[in-house]
Amino acid sequence: MQALTNRIKPVSRKPMSIWERMYLPAIFKGMTITFSHMFKKVPTIRYPEKTRPFSPVFRGLQILNRDEEGRENCTACGLCAVACPAEAITMEAAERKPGEEHLYREEKYAAKYEINMLRCIFCGLCEEACPKDAVYLSETFAPANYQRKGFIYGKENLLIPHPKEDPEGFAKARGSRAAHPEGHGNEH
Amino acid sequence: MAEEQQLFKITIDGITIEVPQGTTVLNAARMIGKEVAPPAMCYYSKLEGSGGKCRTCLVEVAAGSTKDPRPMPKLVASCRTVVMDGMIVKNKTSERVIDARNGIVEYLLINHPLDCPICDQAGECHLQDLGYDHGLAGTRYEFKRRTFVREDIGPYVQLHMTRCILCYRCVYVADQLTDHRVHGILDRGDHSDISTYVSKAIDNDFSGNMIDVCPVGALTDRTYRFKNRVWFLKPMDAHRDCDKCCGKVTLWNRGDEVYRVTARKDPWGEVQEIDGKTAWICNTCRFEKKKASDWTIEGPTKIDRHSVISANHYAEKVQPPDPLNKVLFGRKPLLLMDIHEVSKVNTPDIDLSKIPGPATSTTFIDRDEAKDIEQAEAERLLINDHKELP
Repeated sequence: MQALTNRIKPVSRKPMSIWERMYLPAIFKGMTITFSHMFKKVPTIRYPEKTRPFSPVFRGLQILNRDEEGRENCTACGLCAVACPAEAITMEAAERKPGEEHLYREEKYAAKYEINMLRCIFCGLCEEACPKDAVYLSETFAPANYQRKGFIYGKENLLIPHPKEDPEGFAKARGSRAAHPEGHGNEH
Repeated sequence: MAEEQQLFKITIDGITIEVPQGTTVLNAARMIGKEVAPPAMCYYSKLEGSGGKCRTCLVEVAAGSTKDPRPMPKLVASCRTVVMDGMIVKNKTSERVIDARNGIVEYLLINHPLDCPICDQAGECHLQDLGYDHGLAGTRYEFKRRTFVREDIGPYVQLHMTRCILCYRCVYVADQLTDHRVHGILDRGDHSDISTYVSKAIDNDFSGNMIDVCPVGALTDRTYRFKNRVWFLKPMDAHRDCDKCCGKVTLWNRGDEVYRVTARKDPWGEVQEIDGKTAWICNTCRFEKKKASDWTIEGPTKIDRHSVISANHYAEKVQPPDPLNKVLFGRKPLLLMDIHEVSKVNTPDIDLSKIPGPATSTTFIDRDEAKDIEQAEAERLLINDHKELP
């Protein structure tokens, strides 16, 4: 049969020397390499107890933002939905009634807002399209559920906690990057 | 046939066309095509006397005519300038015009609020297009913008005077289409305010055409308020037998639900001419026929490819055959998930197109709570009549 390359090496069939037949030297040689790794820097971390810092451009699950008074920013303008390449976002708008000014920032608001996280590709175009500072991609990622319907996120899943009623949850949802918008410096 | 009218030669941006005597420069440019036509905010070819107010259609006349080829010293409003033989006009090729137009757009936007995310006109707003082409990213205006209280003109039309650019088109509609005008512009200059006498409702059959004519979101459809964004709706040409108007309209559908009815528009954003007559539509067609069964659908409306409304819309009538039909031999596929079980958007028990005004928090109450819908509706209507601001 014609060889495909000229770099073929025939397998050596000659019997092993006595040094090689003793076996232990080769074992020790291998164990030395293994043992030396115990003193090297560990490249892995113990996730989930420890996490790596997020890159400033990290894109996780979306959150719907509130302003400093806790009113919803979203006005259901539909720009995120029209920008979404995966068509994951749907919404229905409603008019703010008198007396609801503390809930919604503007006279129109999203009565329903849904993101299908199975469709979402986390490209961040919704965040880019939003004129009202309302959609952000957070640091939450890898959602798990037993059923597909658990991945259709409504407003109850997406809205950020109220900054006054639940400041801790609000700070947690804003994530570590809120304090360091330019990055931690050790992303690389 | 002997041509009685003399044909005048005009060159616009290097393209020469012959037009009948008495044509305006703007209309001559429109005959050439969209690329050379100057934008117009106040001129409306179907309304007599309109034009000359907004100054967006300014052009440079490089040569007045063959007989007198001197250039005109100032930029002229093309909607009010009549073509002369041998006229040479510069529109987009003139830096002076672009510069002036940028200034005009900035001027129009001085008092215009930046509420496009809320405004129902967004996506089909001429000022939005104009601002996109000519506007600055920021504003240099440092003072308080003029604001007005939102007003309901009759049961169907809502006036947002804050958004008005004072083009007077709606006033011409009321003058020329309806038998008596009950609204007009009060005060002058910055204080100008469109209003009705003692907020008298406009109940004329053709008053709804003011909505179509308005280049911005100042006059909007109350029955469509906040229902959906135009680019999520499917525009369909449809007709019905109407004893008051031509009955030829564009339906804006979501699924089979009719969200909004408008007159058919031509490429200039004006109401189309059908059989030599402008196809204005009556209020019955526009506001009261919101059922799919009221209309005979002719097919999808052709939308300009560059418009946001054409996003995800397909003008072809022919749909590819469903491959499931072949594989399943006509049996229905067994769907394991009903979208309405998991998604709360577009629930089948609330027809947004059927409720007379915008949805509110009472519209989306849980059906199990069984709040009386009638009561909610009455409450909502009260809110609609409520005047904003103190």
